[in-house]
Amino acid sequence: MMTRSNRAVALLAIAAAAALPAHAESGWSLLNMTQGVTDISRKIYDLHMLIFWVCVAIAVVVFGAMLYSIVTFRKSQGAVADTTIVHNTRVEIVWTAIPVVILIAMAVPAARTLVEIEDTTRTELTIKVTGFQWGWNYDYLDRGVSFFSRLDPESDHARELASGIDPNTIPHYLLNVDHPLVVPVGTKVRLLITGADVIHSWWVPAFGVKKDAIPGFVNEAWFNIDADKPGLYRGQCAELCGRDHGFMPIVVDARSKQEFEAWLKDKAAEQKQAATPESAPAPTASSTTTAAPSKS
Amino acid sequence: MAEHHQAHAAEHDEHHDHKPHGWRRWVYATNHKDIGTMYLIFACTMFFIGGAMAMVIRAELFKPGMQLVDPQLFNSMTTMHALLMIFGAVMPAWTGLANWMIPMQVGAPDMALPRLNNFSFWILPFAFSILLATLFVPGGAPAGGWTMYPPLMLQNGACFPMVIFAIHLMGASSILGAINVVVTIMNMRAPGMTLLRMPLFVWSWLITAYLLIAVMPVLAGAVTMLLTDHFFGTTFFTAAGGGDPVMFQHIFWFFGHPEVYILILPAFGIVSEIIPTFSRKPLFGYEAMVYATASIAFLSFIVWAHHMFTVGMPLAAQLFFMLSTMLIAIPTGVKVFNWTTTLWKGSLSFEPPMLFALAFLFLFTIGGFSGLMLAIVPADYQYQDTYFVVAHFHYVLVPGAIFAIMGGVYYWLPKWVGNMYDQGLAKWHFWLSTIFVNVLFFPQHFLGLAGMPRRIPDYAVQFTDWNMVSSIGGFGFGLSQLLFPYIIIQCVKSGQKVLGNKPWEGAHGLEWELPSPAPYHSWETPPSDALIAKGAAH
Amino acid sequence: MANAHAHAPDSSRYYIPHHSPWPIIGSFALFTVMMGAIAYLNDWASGWSFLPGALLVFIMFFGWFHVVIGENQHGIYNTQVDRSFRMGMMWFIFSEVMFFAAFFGALFYARTLSVPWLGGQGVKVFTNFVLWPSFEGTWPTNGPAHVGGRPDSSFNVIPAFSLPAINTAILLTSGVTITIAHHALRAGHRGTLALFLALTFILGFTFVGLQAHEYGEAYRELGLRLSTGIYGSTFFMLTGFHGLHVTIGAIMLLIIWLRVLRGHFTPQRHFAFEAVAWYWHFVDVVWLGLFIFVYWL
Ligand code: HEA
Ligand code: HEA
Ligand code: CUA
Ligand SMILES: [Cu+2]
Repeated sequence: MMTRSNRAVALLAIAAAAALPAHAESGWSLLNMTQGVTDISRKIYDLHMLIFWVCVAIAVVVFGAMLYSIVTFRKSQGAVADTTIVHNTRVEIVWTAIPVVILIAMAVPAARTLVEIEDTTRTELTIKVTGFQWGWNYDYLDRGVSFFSRLDPESDHARELASGIDPNTIPHYLLNVDHPLVVPVGTKVRLLITGADVIHSWWVPAFGVKKDAIPGFVNEAWFNIDADKPGLYRGQCAELCGRDHGFMPIVVDARSKQEFEAWLKDKAAEQKQAATPESAPAPTASSTTTAAPSKS
Repeated sequence: MAEHHQAHAAEHDEHHDHKPHGWRRWVYATNHKDIGTMYLIFACTMFFIGGAMAMVIRAELFKPGMQLVDPQLFNSMTTMHALLMIFGAVMPAWTGLANWMIPMQVGAPDMALPRLNNFSFWILPFAFSILLATLFVPGGAPAGGWTMYPPLMLQNGACFPMVIFAIHLMGASSILGAINVVVTIMNMRAPGMTLLRMPLFVWSWLITAYLLIAVMPVLAGAVTMLLTDHFFGTTFFTAAGGGDPVMFQHIFWFFGHPEVYILILPAFGIVSEIIPTFSRKPLFGYEAMVYATASIAFLSFIVWAHHMFTVGMPLAAQLFFMLSTMLIAIPTGVKVFNWTTTLWKGSLSFEPPMLFALAFLFLFTIGGFSGLMLAIVPADYQYQDTYFVVAHFHYVLVPGAIFAIMGGVYYWLPKWVGNMYDQGLAKWHFWLSTIFVNVLFFPQHFLGLAGMPRRIPDYAVQFTDWNMVSSIGGFGFGLSQLLFPYIIIQCVKSGQKVLGNKPWEGAHGLEWELPSPAPYHSWETPPSDALIAKGAAH
Repeated sequence: MANAHAHAPDSSRYYIPHHSPWPIIGSFALFTVMMGAIAYLNDWASGWSFLPGALLVFIMFFGWFHVVIGENQHGIYNTQVDRSFRMGMMWFIFSEVMFFAAFFGALFYARTLSVPWLGGQGVKVFTNFVLWPSFEGTWPTNGPAHVGGRPDSSFNVIPAFSLPAINTAILLTSGVTITIAHHALRAGHRGTLALFLALTFILGFTFVGLQAHEYGEAYRELGLRLSTGIYGSTFFMLTGFHGLHVTIGAIMLLIIWLRVLRGHFTPQRHFAFEAVAWYWHFVDVVWLGLFIFVYWL
């Protein structure tokens, strides 16, 4: 029976797969977790594949047994029930023990990776990330740089109800922002994540980082992008935060250390001389006040 | 004492087993079968309404861009869909089946507390009319997700107190219903129906009832704190006052995780009834099954924070909840293995109930595997709040809980109405459901892994294809469900009379010793010990 | 279904009532209460919107219990029915325990986790460093932003060994008096029964009165209000729900007492009495928890 429905799934999968090349992303990246560009994200990917294959293996055995029974022991095939098979303590013990072993085998590497992820020491750059309805505020602590990052106007326009604009014509529809977060590669960057109004969650799959932004509390997270992998990395808010939860993407612009330092210097200077009273746009001001209730 | 005259009147025709007539039979009901029927009809209605909302979700997600609903309404659809399906469809369906079957299966004349029984039912229509009314109040229906996390939940408009009180009512209803089940099982069993002779459906419902009594009040407490935070200035969930938004999540999931087993344990019970019947072979490892169910229930109290791995818990806590969660795979595995061994060397036939039970075996297990993957904390950082989670829980809920309910109905319907339904049509219902449910939910694993968050009304274009596939599956599955009520109505109206007590030759258990249709009052005189022993064939 | 002819009770059968209007009236009553509350909270109506619901609930309880008591007096209930009632009551009380557990959980969470975290202890150093630099995170507290309290947002707590201690004594005594009443009932000493039952609910109402007085003081003098941060929240929700339960319990005791005066209950069969007694012991135990964790420690 499964075989039949599985075939149906397979067919549809193929049908859909045929349409895939239409998009920039390769077929595989649409089927599985990204390996990402950090040591941690790769470890997570390996962990994910490990559990996946373990489950597949178990599935082969268990489903195999089920299918075999379904095919072999059919009444229509004249099978007669052996009603003596009612219980057997030994097998019960065996199939309790084996899973225990398997689970331990999974738990150990998982625990190791987790310990590593939780180690927030020896970070070289600290950025305060504040989620608000609906966007992000990035504050390079004591580097005099702080700015807001919102959905880019193009996407924002196209996503209006019945806007008539074809999302396929928008580059990086819903995954683009006005001001990306700029970070250096090959650096252990620490994020201090908090929320201004409701809970949000800062998630960039390529870094294997997802941390909730909780109002009134600060969560720590960190990433260290491979030195040879500068580029743009995209993510989205991963905690329902109201009407526009689906429209507060995250874009990280990873640059070489020198480029980053240069950018930071310019940005700091620019923000210094822009720091004249009237220049701060109203919405920004208002959301900063909400952004950090205790700044004052 | 009008009550008494009435009682006598009613009682008089009881002797000729006349059912009371007219609307009173239902509104003033005290009969476990009538109340069970009302529960099941109610559950089916809610399933369709909740499903229709799911269709709105799938339609909006059919392609990128906003075509049908405003984001706020989309979030309301998601929230209401979940609340209706969990509290309106699955839980009442289980209570309905409990009402119908438990007295028949333990050899009791009725539920222990018949008036309380009707009370628990009639609270529901009122509770859900309040909930559904939120769709029409200023500010619209709740849009904070069924998990109702503050502070977002507190931003809801006029619907806010309505949801809270609707949940209070649902909670009261399920607590009273659960108490009735516990008392019936503990006090109404026929002499000779020892605990370890009870059918597994009764066992799993007993354990489910304990879970309900233990966690529904906690949910009531949690939403009460939301209420006072919103209206009376308490700061349970506000850091400024010394509270913590995450505190709500802990309290909610202390209810929420046992809740998901409340949704699945009775399914385990039903599958454990159906598989032996159509394998013509006693269930393998009956006692192991009982202990496994009990351990699952126990473990369900110490795993709640696996829903909260990204909130920034201390390392030790994350490790503890990862390990405790993984443990649940063991008793659940024991059940899966016992079912499989029951098939082994059986004499299998594939009537509709069996088909649904077998699909459950495969598809629930798939959902279980994805659950186990979610338990691995570092990996969960990538899965959490993506469609991978949505895929996980729909596999355990739809081909899990829903299939088991439908299997159960197809299994017992002939006993209830004395007619056989159109099995050919039921098999169509099964195959369409099974194929489409996979088309609907399997691609959601891919979407989640590829990075599509849940609870979003619109998405980046690279997610288009799998969403289209999923939506097509959704519409297909939805339409196929229309067969279900049709088959049942046809069966009641014009079904083939079933001859003898057993429509299924392999069936065991007291319910099959009663004539079909089952008499209005189940076991007025307790079944003989021999009969019980015969039923409890293990 | 042969059962209970009111005159010739057949105790060999389990009594299954036929047709009761009370369940539907009851659920409609609850619905009306909720609608009243909703209308009130949404400013769709004044506080009076509670009245119809409250009225219906009263009618429902009166009517329903009237029927049950009547059936019971006619000896319709055999021992098995009696056992069903007992089990039902026990599990109901258990669900009440779990309801309080939620609020105790909130109290423990606040005291052992959220407040210390806000104060910069444990894993959440930066929470304090970045957001609440000046907050120590000591208990009692109304939070880093000093929510509520007096105009200067200060507040005082009620010392355990003042009124609360007296209240503890009162409740514990009432636990003793009801036990004496129970023994009297078993021994058939109706006089003692009536006397000690009366004592019990008088003590109960006294407790409620003193709590009310304490609340008044807290609001007027101590700046301790429902809105006084997490301390006020947990304090009033826990003691408030407990007070509510004591009130309900005391009313039930009163009703039981009236039934005693009417000659109800026999030394062998008095489920209602025991149910109320259990309930009373339950509010008693909850209070001990409150006294220790809310007032004392
Ligand atoms: C019927 C309901 C049901 C059931 C039975 C389960 C079962 C399980 N669930 Fe699921 N779960 C939900 C309903 C359910 N869940 C819902 C509704 C949510 C989302 C809530 C929300 O956020 O809205 C959720 C979310 C959820 C999460 C949070 C995901 C996230 O938000 O990040 C996690 C994480 O650990 C999890 C884990 C598990 C596990 C380990 C099981 C285990 O019980 C599964 C055990 C079964 C098996 C493992 C398969 C059979 C076993 C064998 C064949 C033996 C051998 C196997 C091994 C040794 C691996 N579930
Ligand atoms: C038992 C519980 C249960 C059940 C049975 C279902 C059934 C279904 N669910 Fe549900 N779902 C949840 C529990 C459940 N779900 C929960 C807990 C959530 C999380 C909510 C949250 O995030 O807060 C969720 C969320 C959820 C989402 C994610 C929404 C989001 O994240 O924004 C989606 C999207 O595809 C979805 C789809 C479906 C579909 C297509 C069905 C189908 O199986 C429904 C099929 C039934 C019908 C369709 C009704 C019958 C047919 C008709 C009414 C006729 C009309 C039909 C047509 C016009 C085709 N569900
Ligand atoms: Cu911000 Cu979701
Ligand atoms: Cu869970």
